[in-house]
Amino acid sequence: MINIFEVNETNKMIEQENLDVRTITMGISLLDCIDPDLDALNQKIYEKITTKARNLVATGDEIAKEYGIPVVNKRISVTPIALVGGAACKKTEDFVTIAKTLDKCAKEVGVNFIGGYSALVSKGMTPAEELLIRSIPQAMAETERVCSSVNVGSTKTGINMDAVKLMGEIVLATAEATREQDSLGCAKLVVFCNAPDDNPFMAGAFHGVTEADCIINVGVSGPGVVKKALEQVRGEDFGTLCEMIKRTAFKVTRVGQLVAREASRRLDVPFGIVDLSLAPTPAIGDSVAEILEEIGLERAGAPGTTAALALLNDQVKKGGVMAAAAVGGLSGAFIPVSEDQGMIDAVNEGALTLEKLEAMTCVCSVGLDMIAVPGDTKATTLAGIIADESAIGMVNQKTTAVRLIPVIGKGVGETVEFGGLLGYAPIMPVNSFSCDAFVQRGGRIPAPIHSFKN
Amino acid sequence: MKKTIITVVGNDTVGIIAKVCTYLAENQVNILDISQTIVQGYFNMMMIADTAKCEKDGGTLAGELENLGKEIGVVIHCQHEDIFNMMHRV
Repeated sequence: MINIFEVNETNKMIEQENLDVRTITMGISLLDCIDPDLDALNQKIYEKITTKARNLVATGDEIAKEYGIPVVNKRISVTPIALVGGAACKKTEDFVTIAKTLDKCAKEVGVNFIGGYSALVSKGMTPAEELLIRSIPQAMAETERVCSSVNVGSTKTGINMDAVKLMGEIVLATAEATREQDSLGCAKLVVFCNAPDDNPFMAGAFHGVTEADCIINVGVSGPGVVKKALEQVRGEDFGTLCEMIKRTAFKVTRVGQLVAREASRRLDVPFGIVDLSLAPTPAIGDSVAEILEEIGLERAGAPGTTAALALLNDQVKKGGVMAAAAVGGLSGAFIPVSEDQGMIDAVNEGALTLEKLEAMTCVCSVGLDMIAVPGDTKATTLAGIIADESAIGMVNQKTTAVRLIPVIGKGVGETVEFGGLLGYAPIMPVNSFSCDAFVQRGGRIPAPIHSFKN
Repeated sequence: MKKTIITVVGNDTVGIIAKVCTYLAENQVNILDISQTIVQGYFNMMMIADTAKCEKDGGTLAGELENLGKEIGVVIHCQHEDIFNMMHRV
């Protein structure tokens, strides 16, 4: 039988170390809503989402109360809209009407984000996909809760450099379209390489075409729990350190598995995956950077950071895999700058640069995330950064992502405030040498030799 | 049987157990086991209870016990036992 010490340990994690379930995300396929008539399409989308997700928020809150574990976000991901709207949308404004329908659905059912205003163009773009991408700035400016993502490359297909070039321009245009809100639109826009179909985390969540009609995916968190646990093994060797991370990740993930199972049962929707992530928030004691410091670095970004992050990411997976019935999504440590107080401090003190962050993305679960850069950064420079990050993902057979925010009207040394979970960020300098000629070439970067496995 | 874990943490005072047990009895909650310890000077009690006959759902029970805790000046949690089983038992 459970004893008082085990009960106290769990409740201490929840109350003092910010253990929570970060998100229950319902993936909903919109493929059966496809219609050549735009109004009919919007109506079908509205009805399907509001029917399927009607009880999502109430169920999440119910589980939170009964088990005493916070379920921070309830969210929805849908089939990439470029596929759903292809038959009906003839101009960018047509796609924007779908974005507005999604926004309306999100408000109606009470979720804080809905993801899937997306296009998957890792090898080539259909006219509909290009149209959707070109509609992103307006869609992000005129909606509140809709998140957008574009997959521009994969290990199997190589990198679509035409799409990369276009996304450099689109990120900048989105920043411009939302300049009144410090370019907030870019915080809801992710450029991927090797995007997963079952990611529950925003802003990159979409419901892939390989998925069932409706599923429940859950993302766990708990950087604070890992940090606290590691305080017990200060000065011990790497074997002991890794063992402690694994044990802690196991416990954290079990909670995610429990919540996923319960949500699936109560909503009568099949369980998809648990995403084993260490997702920080701006709250004190909920930081991945603080774990890196606890491992032995003065600040995140110091020499040794990439190695420390590599071992952290790997041990989280090893501990988490056994704890969950099925894992997927991004699974690993997230290193967003604006959402992690330790990262913000490291940037402000000069310990952490964009280049070091790029190196860190080779070994963690995502990429350059929530990084504010000067508003006068060129579109080709943004495209160059996207290409670099995609190359890391393509060659290492992992997901990489870019969520950069060129803050219009602001420069290095200034700060941008997004509020809530999105946090605030110091604007970081970007290498000012040009990559214009590289980006202008057009075409594709071929898939690497090790992708030919058949 | 539907097992629930009830924890009470706070400054020790007269009648904590009595008040919690009275509430549980009124709601048809059967206490299976009680353990108690002092952690860093705080009164710390855990009950394992069976809520199968209770008409209120888990969320309501948790909310009412939380409010009772506020009246007494302690923190009371009421959680489904599965969260602990999942975390501490393979």
